[in-house]
Amino acid sequence: MTLTASDLRNLVLAALALAVCALLPFGGSGYWLGIGVTIVMFTALATSWALFSGPTHYISLATAAFFGVGTYVTGLGFEVLPFWSLIGIAGLIGAVLAALVGFATLRLSGVYFVIFTLGLAELVRQVITWGQNMTGQRGLYVLTDITEAGIYWWLLGLSAAVYLGGWLIGRSRLGFALRIIGDDETVAAHSGINTAFAKVMLFMVPGAVAAMTGAILAPRYVYIEPSLAFAPILSFQVVIMALLGGASRLWGPLVGVIPFTLLLESISSNFPNQTTLVLGVAFLVIVYFLPRGFVGLLEDARGGLRKRAGGMA
Amino acid sequence: MRQASPVLAVRGATKRFGGLVAVNAMDFDVAEHQVMGLIGPNGSGKSTTLNLISGALPLTAGTISLRGTPISGLPAQTITRKGVSRTFQLVRLLPSMTVLDNVVAGAVFGHRRLWGAEARAQAETLLERVGLGGQGHLPVGQLTYIDTKRVELARTLAGDPKLLLLDEWLAGLNPTELQIGIDLIRSLRDEGRTIILVEHVMDAIRSLCDRCVVMAAGTKIAEGTPAEVLSDAEVIRAYLGDDDA
Amino acid sequence: MDILITGLLLGGTYALIAVGLNLQYGVARIMNLANGEMLVAGGFVAFWLYTAGQTSPLLTVFLVAPVAFALNWLIYRFMLQPLVKRSKTRGQLETDSILATFGLSFVGVGLMLAAFGGDYFSYSFLAVPVEIFGDSYGANRVASFVAAVVICGALYLWLNQSRAGLAIRAVATAPASARLVGIDVRHLAAIAFALGGAVTAVGGALISTYLTLDASTGVVFTLKALIIVIMGGVGDVRGTILAALLLGIVETAVASLIDPGLTLAAAYILFLGVLLFRPQGLFGKAPT
Repeated sequence: MTLTASDLRNLVLAALALAVCALLPFGGSGYWLGIGVTIVMFTALATSWALFSGPTHYISLATAAFFGVGTYVTGLGFEVLPFWSLIGIAGLIGAVLAALVGFATLRLSGVYFVIFTLGLAELVRQVITWGQNMTGQRGLYVLTDITEAGIYWWLLGLSAAVYLGGWLIGRSRLGFALRIIGDDETVAAHSGINTAFAKVMLFMVPGAVAAMTGAILAPRYVYIEPSLAFAPILSFQVVIMALLGGASRLWGPLVGVIPFTLLLESISSNFPNQTTLVLGVAFLVIVYFLPRGFVGLLEDARGGLRKRAGGMA
Repeated sequence: MRQASPVLAVRGATKRFGGLVAVNAMDFDVAEHQVMGLIGPNGSGKSTTLNLISGALPLTAGTISLRGTPISGLPAQTITRKGVSRTFQLVRLLPSMTVLDNVVAGAVFGHRRLWGAEARAQAETLLERVGLGGQGHLPVGQLTYIDTKRVELARTLAGDPKLLLLDEWLAGLNPTELQIGIDLIRSLRDEGRTIILVEHVMDAIRSLCDRCVVMAAGTKIAEGTPAEVLSDAEVIRAYLGDDDA
Repeated sequence: MDILITGLLLGGTYALIAVGLNLQYGVARIMNLANGEMLVAGGFVAFWLYTAGQTSPLLTVFLVAPVAFALNWLIYRFMLQPLVKRSKTRGQLETDSILATFGLSFVGVGLMLAAFGGDYFSYSFLAVPVEIFGDSYGANRVASFVAAVVICGALYLWLNQSRAGLAIRAVATAPASARLVGIDVRHLAAIAFALGGAVTAVGGALISTYLTLDASTGVVFTLKALIIVIMGGVGDVRGTILAALLLGIVETAVASLIDPGLTLAAAYILFLGVLLFRPQGLFGKAPT
């Protein structure tokens, strides 16, 4: 496929935006760098989540499981292998794990999938805790010389890769197949699409990305233990941010990530006990007021303007 | 009937739902370039037979082969890729897409797998073919009933299938539309397409079908030219009940 | 033997919770992921009334049930019915109700955290041993089990013998046809949802007599109840009860033979097995 002029323009703009984002660590503010890390982390997680859940409408709560597995890859391997290879290994393990989960659950209805992914993090956590009890360990120290800025750049690179990958998938047969599946799975099968295969392939993307994110962030934690690495709240935050922004567009989740990260940041520093309540309210707001996220709001506004302009002409 | 190897051969095809036998040991062949009508009263198992051929439902017993290769037991997408394509009794379009994309979907993933400009060109040609030339940009929600049927037919044709399954494609059309629909199917037949038609509209059956298989209560009760089967005593009894025979 | 009986006693209460969820999912078609919070709330009330007023949890149940019924009726009527009305497909309702009930669940946890703090709560009620087949068990467990059996039995009889029960089963099997024979589907769905919530809250009051709860444990119970419902088959009360007893036994066996930290993992392995080999539920008929 060839690139049109607008494709080229978008690519150049995206590259510029990336370059500007990459300058953040030179700003000198540790506080804003910390927020920056959180934002790029959730951008990678929520965007890859929406790549799968946007077209298929399956709600995955497996992010925490993949993320935790990723942190453990770094935790166990950072003394033996170079950091970059650990990220790769984490991605590979995440993708394989996602494929296994996908084969077991994606041919069934959405409810089964939600329940299974919700419990997956808990399942892996219990098994690792048990393994540690058997060997008498408690947690893992991850002592590396990787700085906060280094983590930020790694995550930024990962987010860029997610965007590029998502853009390419959107233009591919796989992307088209998923739009058809999202519309009508029976038609998809009768048009010659291997629906199960397409869904599993795509589910491997958020699996790999979440595991890589975990691997990159492990040095930030310094000390990792199962209840920290597999905190289920992460899965929910990712779902909220992606849906708040809108899962139907590649850039949608980003629109949700930035305001929600800032909101959670201010809530957790001012009212640390109320974060759960905020998450709950956010879910309800999405369902009742923003079913298509900010993206839907923008599109409606634009459609309304166009209609009004058309009426006047 | 001219050639030795039929496009489709159905042997002993049976489908049970729990204790109910919906399709009972069906046998029939469809030859190349033939239009076969599958007819019978409501609930006689016609649509189920079509679902068995297209892979929407698995068979309980029997085999179905396409040009001598068994296709029974394969998933729907594999059967589609091998060149069997269908419409649905209740029209199914892809609601979030334009008319053109609905047809492109059939071209991209069907029997002949096209992509990009080729798939679009194929879709445009087919829209022209079914009488929707230049309407590709419309969202499917704005179409009239017969136009949704046209889009579905174009999508089905887009993969260039060897065998076309039309499930009551003419049902629900008003008299004018019906004539358009019949003409459209006749033009497909004149192209030499092999078609199985599940249909209730007798005019269409008479004018379009080379051969008919009549089903009642899941069983084949007659087979022959439309004129033969429609005068068959058992067929009349199946449609009208015992008293009138 | 010891494991078997402890498992059965635990499974009895699980059955109660899962029957509650099954009523909601099978009849009202809402997969209520806030079910666990209703349970914890029931437990809270029992705890509070016992520590403050020495009221027996077995009596509290009679207060918890109507209050939970009313609360769930309101939730269904004002939060979930609009979703049912607006959804065009079953899939969309499913997604909406999953998100909405997750929201409710988080709000529930948030409110309980605000009201009671993050502490564990437990109290000592009927903590005397009872001897069964030569081994001793907590009387609170036995009492909860008996109460659960009575309630499940009553529900089962009501669903299968009464006219209202027949209507509810009709809605569960074929909502569209039920409407045609003059059943008020919306009204009954609300009743079933409310009843399911009440049963779950009662289960919570009973389970609080021998398990330690805190504001955020609800989700664990939601998960277990969901696993039980899916194992037993949606809309199948007998299947649910059997699956609950099975889960109780498997959990107890894993906890006492391998590690108490692995109970949910065990439930999941069981769930995965069902998903892979019998997705229609352990006792459901194979789809054709």
